[in-house]
Amino acid sequence: MNLDAHIPEGPIDQKWENAKFKFKLVNPANKRKFDIIVVGSGLAGGSAAATLAELGYNVACFCYQDSPRRAHSIAAQGGINAAKNYQGDGDSVYRLFYDTVKGGDFRSREANVYRLAQVSRNIIDQATAMGVPFAREYGGTLANRSFGGAQVSRTFYARGQTGQQLLLGVYAGLSRQIKAGRVTMFTRHEMLELVTVEGRAAGIVTRDMVSGKIESHAGHSVIMASGGYGNVFYLSTNAMGCNVTATYRAYKKGAGFANPCYTQIHPTCIPVSGDYQSKLTLMSESLRNDGRVWVPKKKEDCGKKPSQIAEADRDYYLERKYPAFGNLVPRDVASRNAKLVCDEGRGVGPGGYGVYLDFAEAIGRLGRPAVEGRYGNLFDMYQRITGDDPYSTPMRIYPAVHYTMGGLWVDYNLQSTIPGMFVLGEANFSDHGANRLGASALMQGLADGYFVIPYTLGNYLAGQNPKKIDTDHAAFKEAEKSCKERIDTFLAIDGKRTVDSFHKELGKIMWDHCGMARNEAGLKSALELIPALREEFWQNVKVPGSGATLNQSLEKAGRVADFLEFGELMVRDALERDESAGGHFREEHQSPEGEAVRDDENFAHAAVWEYKGDNATPVRHKEPMTFEHVKLATRSYK
Amino acid sequence: MNLTIYVWRQKDAKDAGGFEKYTDECKGISEHMSFLEMLDVVNDRLTEKGKMPIAFDSDCREGICGTCSMVINGRPHGPWKATTTCQLHMRAFKDGDVIYIEPWRSKAFPVIQDLIVDRKAFDTIIQAGGYISTNCGSAPDANSMLIGKEVSDSAMDAAACIGCGACVAACPNSSAMLFTAAKLAHMNTLPQGKPEEAQRTLSMVGAMDSAGFGNCSNHLECEAACPKEISGQVIAAMNRGYAKASFGKR
Repeated sequence: MNLDAHIPEGPIDQKWENAKFKFKLVNPANKRKFDIIVVGSGLAGGSAAATLAELGYNVACFCYQDSPRRAHSIAAQGGINAAKNYQGDGDSVYRLFYDTVKGGDFRSREANVYRLAQVSRNIIDQATAMGVPFAREYGGTLANRSFGGAQVSRTFYARGQTGQQLLLGVYAGLSRQIKAGRVTMFTRHEMLELVTVEGRAAGIVTRDMVSGKIESHAGHSVIMASGGYGNVFYLSTNAMGCNVTATYRAYKKGAGFANPCYTQIHPTCIPVSGDYQSKLTLMSESLRNDGRVWVPKKKEDCGKKPSQIAEADRDYYLERKYPAFGNLVPRDVASRNAKLVCDEGRGVGPGGYGVYLDFAEAIGRLGRPAVEGRYGNLFDMYQRITGDDPYSTPMRIYPAVHYTMGGLWVDYNLQSTIPGMFVLGEANFSDHGANRLGASALMQGLADGYFVIPYTLGNYLAGQNPKKIDTDHAAFKEAEKSCKERIDTFLAIDGKRTVDSFHKELGKIMWDHCGMARNEAGLKSALELIPALREEFWQNVKVPGSGATLNQSLEKAGRVADFLEFGELMVRDALERDESAGGHFREEHQSPEGEAVRDDENFAHAAVWEYKGDNATPVRHKEPMTFEHVKLATRSYK
Repeated sequence: MNLTIYVWRQKDAKDAGGFEKYTDECKGISEHMSFLEMLDVVNDRLTEKGKMPIAFDSDCREGICGTCSMVINGRPHGPWKATTTCQLHMRAFKDGDVIYIEPWRSKAFPVIQDLIVDRKAFDTIIQAGGYISTNCGSAPDANSMLIGKEVSDSAMDAAACIGCGACVAACPNSSAMLFTAAKLAHMNTLPQGKPEEAQRTLSMVGAMDSAGFGNCSNHLECEAACPKEISGQVIAAMNRGYAKASFGKR
């Protein structure tokens, strides 16, 4: 597997300029001869589809939702980082770059992260020009807030709905190109297979989720922007439909999958309330700006009402342990500490898996109207879900699976190991290392789609023949056939258990053994449990109805079947990475205070997995990560 | 709690459809469940019996994607104010309740299956002009254009629309005025949207009319049903803007 990252020459702040100058260009008359397939219509896919269409390419964009406006980017609440230094508080491209590499626990690629920090500034300009109503100061300038893992205020926001507003901006631009006939939009379509011809990405096979029709779509390049795989845990903050199928199918066609074990557990979610639970709801990390996290000092107090616990009996454990960052430590640190205090028996609420996030001090300091202005919609949401009023009693929160830093391996140009297939946004692995900082996902999705792929794709296409690719090619026919056979198999099993029951059981295995804390014994047992569950799935799943109509059980069956294979790959990766790094916490590797301990000598690399067949163990390759600018050091937020 | 639910079942767009009653499947429902989790439970029980589960749309389940769409006891998104179906919890109901669940009803939103409707008409309205025509890469520095907080806040109030379609489902005329007017208010309020204001207003209203939505007769059921509490005042602003743009055209 060729893992040449194609990092451009020159000093780090000139690499991207140098690369852009050296890229080959496609002349405007030829652009319209190239067909580009984009899978996904979130911030990464939507912005790529619109921007490539503006440049003159023929774009076909696919999403499983009923409209591109509903992609899960919409649910991001808190904000988007950019190194604008509008606050004059010492921010710079270099500082955002530094914070991101450090926040990622030194497992990301420096050159990519630097470029991300550079283009972050253009994103805010672009989004504003598209009419995104960012929060403003009275004087009319843009407002900022601070976020975890940073000591400057560089996060731009639109109330608690920043993802929604950015996505609606992207959707507006995309709609303009659809109207202009430059983008053909396929909604309620799910990608089931990647097609390669002579080793290059040549198209995809999709299922029309309304008619059930299996269709081939050919293109000179395939851009994957299909999001993350957090739903392998069943319970996560992802939308119900988020799945790994597109990226996993590409992996099975030869794309390297990098660092699948890197998952982010978000510290501020509403705790689980029962077995029927279908998803976990995030409470924006921005709440940690003003909320104080605490649990009772004594176990005996856990059953009491929070108002009955005296100030002296409360343990504000983040402020106590990390005086410099306090409640604003990065997500992995905050999550792990919540687990730690709950494991000590000091958790609150039913089941004992929760900690308080208290706004009493903020309400006293700022007044209720100011707190309402900042977080009103989040407080309302909390009250609707739990029935508690967070203005008068502290919220209860607990960590939940939120984001996946792992993804398909890409080089500096965002090209995967399959020539012609590019991967953007959460679906790739490149920028966040082992832990993503808050407000950086929106930044990365838009950086990839608006400002990177429009340049790097041209460089690839300039060397390609613009001749139409025919979907009559044997590779398409074969892929269509295998999709149809798989669907027929699901429908024919007629077992006893629902798809969801398998998904829940897989999720529990993943959470128990490959969740917030992992160890060798647990991971090894998961490697036994998952194949056994998969075996049962293929014998005993029940998928009613037919393949020729809208069939939600069938859609879920396909996704869960892929999760049942992917989960094993994740566990394997977690087992092989015999160190702790960011979101990957191996209990064997921790300091006496419970902090993650990296092993840079043996693990300062991305682990890239190569598929070798259904009955063979995948092969682990390495791309070394070298750090020339940000010195390898133990992360400290004390 | 134990409930009785009547659910609209319809195989496809051509099927006439009708209500089906479920009681056994709705026993032992917890008040902490969300409304959709209650339907998940019903669906699991139906599937285990070898019956087709109820098809319904949902995705983010945190009230922001706008996918979920059902009329509960005659009200789009059910009894709670400013709440999407996915955020409605079973605390809103009590043991023994009878609940009727239907899809959005509108000529412009044909039923695909059971509770799922086709809302492409909304995309068509946005495609007609719900954007600012600027290509990527040419934007000036964001702070070079000052926008007052009140202006920005008012644009944001309108931009909060999630495009779910509850306004259409609530309207006796199946009008999409609140949806269209909210997008226009967002774009036309901001200085970036001013250059295309007149054309945008005419195009989007035209697209709305030709998609088969009805007209507005000021019932403001839309405002009452809107999970994001978009104010009906945007409709008045749209009407003013439309009149102005029409005169300007002559």
